[in-house]
Amino acid sequence: MNRIRKTGKQETFRRLLLFSCVPAFLIFLSGSLAAKPVVIGSKKFTESYVLGEIAKRSLIEAGISAEHRQGMGGTIILWEALRSGQIDAYPEYTGTITQEILKRGAELTFEQIANELGKAGIGMTEQLGFNNTYALVMLRSRAEKLGLRTVSDLKNHPELKFGLTHEFLDRQDGWRPLAQHYQLNPQNIIGIDHALGYGALGKGSIDVKDAYSTDAKISENDLVVLEDDRQFFPQYKAVFLFRYALPTPAIEALRKLEGTIDEAKMTRLNAGAERTKNYARAATLYFDSNTTSTAWTGGESFPHKLARWTARHLELAGFSLLLSVLIGIPLGIWASRGGAIGHVILGFAGIVQTVPSLALLALLVPLPFFGISVRTAITALFLYGLLPIVRNTATGLQDIPRALRESAIALGLSPAARLWQIHLPMASRSILAGIKTSAVINVGTATLAALIGAGGLGEPILSGLNLNDHATILQGAIPAAVLALLVQSLFDLLDRVLIPKGLRL
Amino acid sequence: MSALVQLVGVSKTFGDAAAVHAIDLLVERGKTTVLIGPSGCGKSTLLRLIIGLIQPDIGEIIFDGAKINADKPARRSLDGGGIDTVRRRVGYVIQEGGLFPHLTARGNILLMAHHLGRPENEMLARLSELCALTRFPESLLGRYPLELSGGQRQRVSLMRALMLSPELLLLDEPLGALDPLVRAALQQDLKEIFARLRQTALLVTHDLAEAAYLGDEIVLVNEGRIVQQGSLADLREKPASSFVSEFINAQRSLAVL
Repeated sequence: MNRIRKTGKQETFRRLLLFSCVPAFLIFLSGSLAAKPVVIGSKKFTESYVLGEIAKRSLIEAGISAEHRQGMGGTIILWEALRSGQIDAYPEYTGTITQEILKRGAELTFEQIANELGKAGIGMTEQLGFNNTYALVMLRSRAEKLGLRTVSDLKNHPELKFGLTHEFLDRQDGWRPLAQHYQLNPQNIIGIDHALGYGALGKGSIDVKDAYSTDAKISENDLVVLEDDRQFFPQYKAVFLFRYALPTPAIEALRKLEGTIDEAKMTRLNAGAERTKNYARAATLYFDSNTTSTAWTGGESFPHKLARWTARHLELAGFSLLLSVLIGIPLGIWASRGGAIGHVILGFAGIVQTVPSLALLALLVPLPFFGISVRTAITALFLYGLLPIVRNTATGLQDIPRALRESAIALGLSPAARLWQIHLPMASRSILAGIKTSAVINVGTATLAALIGAGGLGEPILSGLNLNDHATILQGAIPAAVLALLVQSLFDLLDRVLIPKGLRL
Repeated sequence: MSALVQLVGVSKTFGDAAAVHAIDLLVERGKTTVLIGPSGCGKSTLLRLIIGLIQPDIGEIIFDGAKINADKPARRSLDGGGIDTVRRRVGYVIQEGGLFPHLTARGNILLMAHHLGRPENEMLARLSELCALTRFPESLLGRYPLELSGGQRQRVSLMRALMLSPELLLLDEPLGALDPLVRAALQQDLKEIFARLRQTALLVTHDLAEAAYLGDEIVLVNEGRIVQQGSLADLREKPASSFVSEFINAQRSLAVL
């Protein structure tokens, strides 16, 4: 579970990357926007997924068409997506709004928060009914043995081992101010992954860890929450943020959720999601106890899901590859002529390749035309696939011996005929090798598209990572690997068809 | 008979050696003119100027009465524009053959005819004719250049150059890379072909025996300038300079010719 936040350093880096990518955005313009359903976003952790599903279900029951883009990333990505209209609503927490969206040090009242958001054209529902704040947890047995009940009690036990998530160690409302506030000075603190930390607690390799107060793992693992007796942790009351531009019935459907989920219920829903590995089904737990509506058809058979993921995956990788080919080959031809333009083209394609793929996705999201969409994923993949094609096309053409270039000229062939009948066929081996490299990279990188809700085989991988469920991860990872191998062999086959026989002797 | 190609005061300088200076040259119709001289003397440069792969710095090249270099900026030398019509009236054979490896022998030979949309039956008839002329087995036409011997490749290259019945044939050391036996056979065939077709040809070689055997007119070039022009007897008996004598004496085997 991560509430991703950006430090100042990351923010500067993000801007820097943004500007370095600007020319690329001009290359690719997009398709049309159909009459769109209400789009609900969610962050990349279980509770957010479940709340997103509940909102979607609530809208649909009110007769409003809605879709849920799961696990799009962290706070900033969702906030930007909401502000730019890429999504219409998403679940958020008051503490996060104050600290990361409004960037206020002090705690604001609920009304103050609502006012500030209103200035950005964003509405906020009343509280959904629970406070999901940070907490320190211990094994019940261990806490009882040591007689620990509150965070203050920890002061007397500096020998306890703390295993804290990296984010908690780093946050402004995290470990350092907490330790200062309670004057804690433990001898042993390590950074550990959230999911792994529970295992470490159970085995006794750590004694105390950070958690969220509605975390299903707390009851599952028989842990106790140490009471925040000196009120350090800010309030993280769950709400829905929505665009004012939403139609009134949609806003009303969201408002119907106000005050309907208390901490016990949210913990139960989270536990349901982790147990069934199915967010939609967990969301039905909410409706089952609230209404007597008909059975929710959230369940989807595995072969059907696999087909859907694979189809989307191929769509992402295939369409982006097509664009890379259509644009990369002409750019490569241009670059092969050398000179300043050639250097600029190869340099630009090289720079794009050095931007981490995740960063490239994140950078595209806040831009007009892009946002949280398949379009963004395809654009990022397209940019990624460009370099191998451009470079191989350019080198393939430059490697044609001068005597053969001149023979083609001396024959009196027109420039177009020279390109199509002589140069491109002679460079075909190199060009195809470039396309193959791009294709394999694209099939692999397309798994990241799930991070911005574009689907594909990354979807089960991401859910699996969240649920700490290896089977779910493999449901995406194995088909993705198989797909990459298939693409590889497909291109080996294409080599035989497309490379002229005279070049294969 | 008037000259098919005329070079008037043509100069071309490069960073490196193969420059030519103030060249005046006539290529007579129906004759084989041979450019001979040491490596790097600029003889290949003259062929490249005529086919328009490079442009002269000064001077004029006149092909069949029309200037061919007048309006071409030098930096566009690799992109001929209007010169393509001249190129289609000229065949060009280079030492390595210049065959395209992705096309079969047939594909190489017919490339230009296809490009110009010549009728299929006409092309095939011409192809058979050329195979007979160059003694190339028709059964090998489906092979790729890499599947042919060096001599066979030069025969294909010659057929490609002759396909459109060019008025002028330019040959840049066409036999330079072949072993002596193949070379001798091809020399003989070339001589026959030139005679049969009454072909105007301009051939570059550094081998005096080849020049004497094939050439009606020998042009000796040194350091980018024409030193002497005439028959082998002229060169031997009335050398224009000590260089001419030295060049001829260096290839003593000629005494037997």
